Amino acid sequence: MLSVEGIHSYYGKAHILGGLSFEVRRGEVVALLGRNGAGKSTTMKSVMQLVRPRTGSVMFQGEDLVGKPAFRVAQAGIGYVPEDRRIFTDLTVTENLEVGRQPHRDGAPEWSVEQLFDIFPNLAERRGNRGKHMSGGEQQMLTIARTLMGNPLLLLLDEPSEGIAPVIVEEMASTIMRLKAEGLTVMISEQNLHFARAVADRAIIIEGGEKKFDGSFAELEAHPEIRDAYLSV
Amino acid sequence: MAFFFAQFLTGLANASSLFLVASGLSLIFGVTRIVNFAHGSFYMLGAFIGITLMQILPGAIGFWGAILLTGLAVGLIGAVVEMLVLRPIYRAPELFQLVATFGVILVIQDLALMTWGAEDRLGPRAPGLRGVWRIFGEPVPKYDIVIIAITPFILFALWYLIARTRAGILVRAATQDREMVGALGVNQAWLFTGVFALGSALAGWGGALQLPKGGADLLMDFNIIGAVFVVVVIGGMGSLPGAFIATVLISVLNVFGVTYLPQSTLVLMFVVMAVVLIIRPYGLLGREEVAGEHGQVGAPDMPIRPYGPVGQALVAALLLVLALLPVFADQFMLILMIDMIVFALFAASLHFILGTGGLVSFGHAAFFGGGAYAAALLVFHTDTPMELAFLFAPLAAGLLALAIGWFCIRLTGVYFAMLTLAFSQLVWSLAYQWRAVTRGDDGLVNIWPSDWLGETASYYYFTLILGVGGILFLRHVIHAPFGYALRAGRDSPRQAEAMGINVKRIQFAAFALAGAMAGLAGGIFVFSKGSVFPTELEIAASFDALIVVFLGGVKTLAGGVVGAGFMTVVEDWLTRLEYWRLLLGLVIIAVVIIAPEGIVGSIRTFWNRIRGSEEEAAK
Repeated sequence: MLSVEGIHSYYGKAHILGGLSFEVRRGEVVALLGRNGAGKSTTMKSVMQLVRPRTGSVMFQGEDLVGKPAFRVAQAGIGYVPEDRRIFTDLTVTENLEVGRQPHRDGAPEWSVEQLFDIFPNLAERRGNRGKHMSGGEQQMLTIARTLMGNPLLLLLDEPSEGIAPVIVEEMASTIMRLKAEGLTVMISEQNLHFARAVADRAIIIEGGEKKFDGSFAELEAHPEIRDAYLSV
Repeated sequence: MAFFFAQFLTGLANASSLFLVASGLSLIFGVTRIVNFAHGSFYMLGAFIGITLMQILPGAIGFWGAILLTGLAVGLIGAVVEMLVLRPIYRAPELFQLVATFGVILVIQDLALMTWGAEDRLGPRAPGLRGVWRIFGEPVPKYDIVIIAITPFILFALWYLIARTRAGILVRAATQDREMVGALGVNQAWLFTGVFALGSALAGWGGALQLPKGGADLLMDFNIIGAVFVVVVIGGMGSLPGAFIATVLISVLNVFGVTYLPQSTLVLMFVVMAVVLIIRPYGLLGREEVAGEHGQVGAPDMPIRPYGPVGQALVAALLLVLALLPVFADQFMLILMIDMIVFALFAASLHFILGTGGLVSFGHAAFFGGGAYAAALLVFHTDTPMELAFLFAPLAAGLLALAIGWFCIRLTGVYFAMLTLAFSQLVWSLAYQWRAVTRGDDGLVNIWPSDWLGETASYYYFTLILGVGGILFLRHVIHAPFGYALRAGRDSPRQAEAMGINVKRIQFAAFALAGAMAGLAGGIFVFSKGSVFPTELEIAASFDALIVVFLGGVKTLAGGVVGAGFMTVVEDWLTRLEYWRLLLGLVIIAVVIIAPEGIVGSIRTFWNRIRGSEEEAAK
């Protein structure tokens, strides 16, 4: 579904991604693992074209996204949930969801506001509240729900468990499983190996903007030296 | 009581047109973060297009239809301006955007002159609403009552659009985080165009709606912009209800001012603004701005270095030529050079606060004109000797800058710019309306230098020594620890604070110094011309300096000086053409988009590129 080939991305002169390649197949949940500063967020932003890769290609459903504006990437069916959440704090919960709304597309699970309130009951209770009056966990729920309003084929979740209470992390894990059951393809970036193993089918480990491992969690367990070298446990 | 009420109604009627214009500006600013100085031009276009359409379309239906169509037409023009001029520069620093919209003002001014001619037009009366209605026995024009009745509906419609529709939700989301709105699949480019078109349309409607009470002329654009900015600043930038409250406040005050204090109407408005901003620095309903919140912090600046031997030799050679100039140049040339040096000092003082201090002041003419007026008033009223009066020019301007800076320094970015603009308008309106002291637009005349400076050549040397001295002094300050602290405060205020620099106090001092230097330029100016008029204090004068600094290059030390030299020569040549504003405006817009580093900056980049490739070849 998504095929990233040899992308090099920069922030100014800083070389962040050095020829990264990977694939995400329809229906799977892939975890992008690595330490702080390994390039996980930049990878996601490079797919979204929020950071433009200087070389390489990002093929999605047979279409190269490199150089397209971010709104075209979203319209092509990629939903992006940023690490820092970036909810619209002056807008209410329902208005935040409205911003995310896009028409239905074939092959993607379809979401309505009511369905999302069913998945995230906390949001239903706070539907008239403004974003700035919500807790970190609620904001994280809202930003995922907002992106789902775009009826994406592929969901990019950047560090969803970061800065959230453990109870909510559990909830988040079951939510991701439910999204997968609905037929959504998901890529999450994580530092929390435990959480990643609970939700993902496959792990991709990057370090210094390069891929170091790509395989199942069983394989990863068979090679503890990889885990020790590239993940802070 | 009845008279009082009728006055109040007149105030409300005046408010409706002003509100339309101000709400458009506020809307545009709220979403695009662009301070659209050309907003007054859209108002003017609305008036002219409105008159033209009203002549074509007859009767009451024609009248109201013409108003409706006018808004649509102006909105369309706004959309074109947005796409051609603003789209390429959304991420540019505020100054660039300001300069670009100023270019748009010049272009529209000349296009209006070409299309409608220089004559003032009287607006047609509204069909069926010619007379007056008596309210408590006082006559109130029918048209006033009608537009008072319309305004709440417009406010409601705007509120509904922003608060209740999907477009409004997207606009509010984009105000906060454009990039995220894009990442959610919304093409924000069109959102911005739409907002800009709507804002322009509102200005156009404002222009058309005031026609029966006024008319159309080519000065409308600048005449309204001061009031509009005051309203938007008082109400809080980006807030529609704020704009509404502020418009009513200002308009009603204005009407009572005309009745009871006719000589203070302009001043009154700015006094209200100052009072509001002391209590609430971001306006009645505005939100605090965090600098850089909207991703407009430009690329880090190149550190400024003293010139190498080649540069210093060039400067020395230039000074030598300037010193020898009276030997071979004629009278006209010397006068042009005096103008150029005065302008260069003025621009250098603005460049000091803007480039080095990072404070975009839109009202720097207040200090230039303020210095000129201080000296001229002393000579005019008390026959003070020229030498003494001249000293008062930088002194008074410096004190004025301390007073204005006390209010403004607390703010940053656009708010700082707006407030400096408003205060400069306050100074202008004092000079314009306090006729007993300043003689208003008759100006102060016969302000000549002492006999020993009577000759053009001797005054030229006087100018050269003080002008070049002032510029070198500013350069010295920039390279002194004070200048380092100032630049630190510009580039990273928090880190500078953490290092123990009192950023605000440094900026305050720099603002006062820049003001004093502008006053020095004003002092040289007034004795070279022998007169001073309120035009030296106008917005246009502040903008001239901004454009000069911009053309020269904001991030280069010589920017202001080179820009001033360039501008003096080009203006002398350009103003001989009939439609020079159009040309100048197009050049400005082109420079903003194509060569935003300015003259000096572009030369430096070019030079570095040549040197860079030589170095590579040497390897």
